[in-house]
Amino acid sequence: MTIEVKNLVKKFGGFSALDGVDLKVNDGELLALLGPSGSGKTTLLRIIAGLDWPDAGEVSFNGEDALAQGARERHVGFVFQHYALFRHMTVFENVAFGLRVQPRAIRKDEATIRARVKELLDLVQLDWLSDRYPSQLSGGQRQRIALARALAIEPRILLLDEPFGALDAKVRKELRRWLRSLHHEIHVTSIFVTHDQEEALEVANRVVVMDKGRIEQIGSPDDVYERPASAFVHGFIGESIELPVQVEGGVVRLGDRPLALAADGIASGTSKLFVRRHDMLVGPPGSGAFEGAVQHVRNFGPVQRAEVALSGGETIEIDAPRDKELRPGDTIGLEPRRYRIFAGA
Amino acid sequence: MSAFAARRRTLPGFGLTMGLTLSWLSVIILIPLAGLFLKSLELSPEQFWNILTSRRTLNALRVSFGLAFAAASVNLVMGSIIVWALVRYRFPGRRLFDAIVDVPFALPTAVAGVALTALFAEKGWLGAPLAAAGIKVAFTPVGIFVAMIFIGIPFVVRTVQPVLQDLDPEIEEAAGSLGASRWQTIIRVILPSLAPALLTGLALAFARAVGEYGSVIFIAGNLPNVSEIAPLLIVIRLSEFRYADATAIAAVMLVVSFVIIFAVNRLQRWSQSRIPAR
Repeated sequence: MTIEVKNLVKKFGGFSALDGVDLKVNDGELLALLGPSGSGKTTLLRIIAGLDWPDAGEVSFNGEDALAQGARERHVGFVFQHYALFRHMTVFENVAFGLRVQPRAIRKDEATIRARVKELLDLVQLDWLSDRYPSQLSGGQRQRIALARALAIEPRILLLDEPFGALDAKVRKELRRWLRSLHHEIHVTSIFVTHDQEEALEVANRVVVMDKGRIEQIGSPDDVYERPASAFVHGFIGESIELPVQVEGGVVRLGDRPLALAADGIASGTSKLFVRRHDMLVGPPGSGAFEGAVQHVRNFGPVQRAEVALSGGETIEIDAPRDKELRPGDTIGLEPRRYRIFAGA
Repeated sequence: MSAFAARRRTLPGFGLTMGLTLSWLSVIILIPLAGLFLKSLELSPEQFWNILTSRRTLNALRVSFGLAFAAASVNLVMGSIIVWALVRYRFPGRRLFDAIVDVPFALPTAVAGVALTALFAEKGWLGAPLAAAGIKVAFTPVGIFVAMIFIGIPFVVRTVQPVLQDLDPEIEEAAGSLGASRWQTIIRVILPSLAPALLTGLALAFARAVGEYGSVIFIAGNLPNVSEIAPLLIVIRLSEFRYADATAIAAVMLVVSFVIIFAVNRLQRWSQSRIPAR
């Protein structure tokens, strides 16, 4: 199933949740919608599911107009952040719900329903919980049941709204990997919403980065990390050092200090310089484009994180290997191994 | 000091509050109830039986319990619909209607009785057209039924309202995206989630209607065997100085009410156990 979204607009009062969104989702892919809260990612997901309606624009599944159908007819599996399980039903009945409410003409007989539910509970590895009630399960188990329930109707598309958002860090990591392998197994076109970049980069085939109701970049996890298309994407994904600079005729200045950095093809004016924390190489004073004084050093597993006051007045945080000796008070030179300059940002 | 007594509680005041609770409940509830039973013990079992099985007593109990149950059932249905409208829709005057629901709570029951009687009397605003249609409300059992509906409605609304408000709309969205029709969602998802609250509301409205005296006696006509409620019969027996008779009827009302409330409570707890708190 391919999904195509064209020029989608949605306003809530004066707030523009979606401001002209175009998106094409390929058959069988696992796509992540990534963005900060308020970026419109959940609204986009809900419109695709038929739980919200756009003010303008088109949504089509395999070329047919989806907006002509309600949520009920769209045959879309939806997984909610807070599970939305039916509390008065057992796990078994929760999963069976979608099969039991089918129109009488196509409803399966009891034995078929039981077999299908069993199969789904096996798929999410929770068949031993089938007689429990949702309140007796852990968060991770509830979300897997919610997923099994959504899959019961053999959805054409699977939509997940912050599926791991309410879970603790360790369970989240497990479920991420599990979701990826599950998708590998069943291959249904899936979109999941997250504000967690690590989650998006680890799970998805493609990542859509959104901000303020617009799509900033669509690309593979590598693309959005290594080749961010805008200042927003660079700042949002991965940990970056962000410095306000002036570009004049190919010369980059931080404050009044010229930096030995090339700025080919960047228009003159106020710009933003981005460097990944671990791309700042530490050298002796006088070497490199920047110079600064080390203020604090903390150790973070394989790296040490140092706060450095640049001579231009800005304070930045860098990640350096543990074997580099850094002490508060040292003056060091810094050379960005890689950097990006975005004009006008 | 023994090891047991040396154990300190983290929250002080258990002895004091427990003592107050027990003595207060005894003075307010248990001792009067015990007195009631003791008084009826003045009767021999045979006398007791004769009072209870007299035609007038049986009819009064039937009127009280039968109509109370009918009124509570009507309140259950109408109350649920009112709650649905108040919680789920935004319309002009919603707050006003919401406040109106509490009127039967606040109104002195005698005032309600007089107002209802005036309204449903043969010359009243509603009584006249109904009388033209051949339906007599005031001074008949129908009048009792109307008064019991009036005083019971807030119990259902106020019990169910907070539960419906707390019901996550995502539950309905989930049901819809799984292919359930609106009707299926209501029957299979919403009503079962509300069941404990609905049962509580039913029980409260029923208990209130059984015990209602003030508003009913004005509109009932109080014909023995026809529109005489059990609480009124108790008052009549008291005014005749037949205290033992009065307490016998009262004791039976108490036991029946208790059994019914207990049964509803069990039913409610059973359905609650299937929907434990989050």
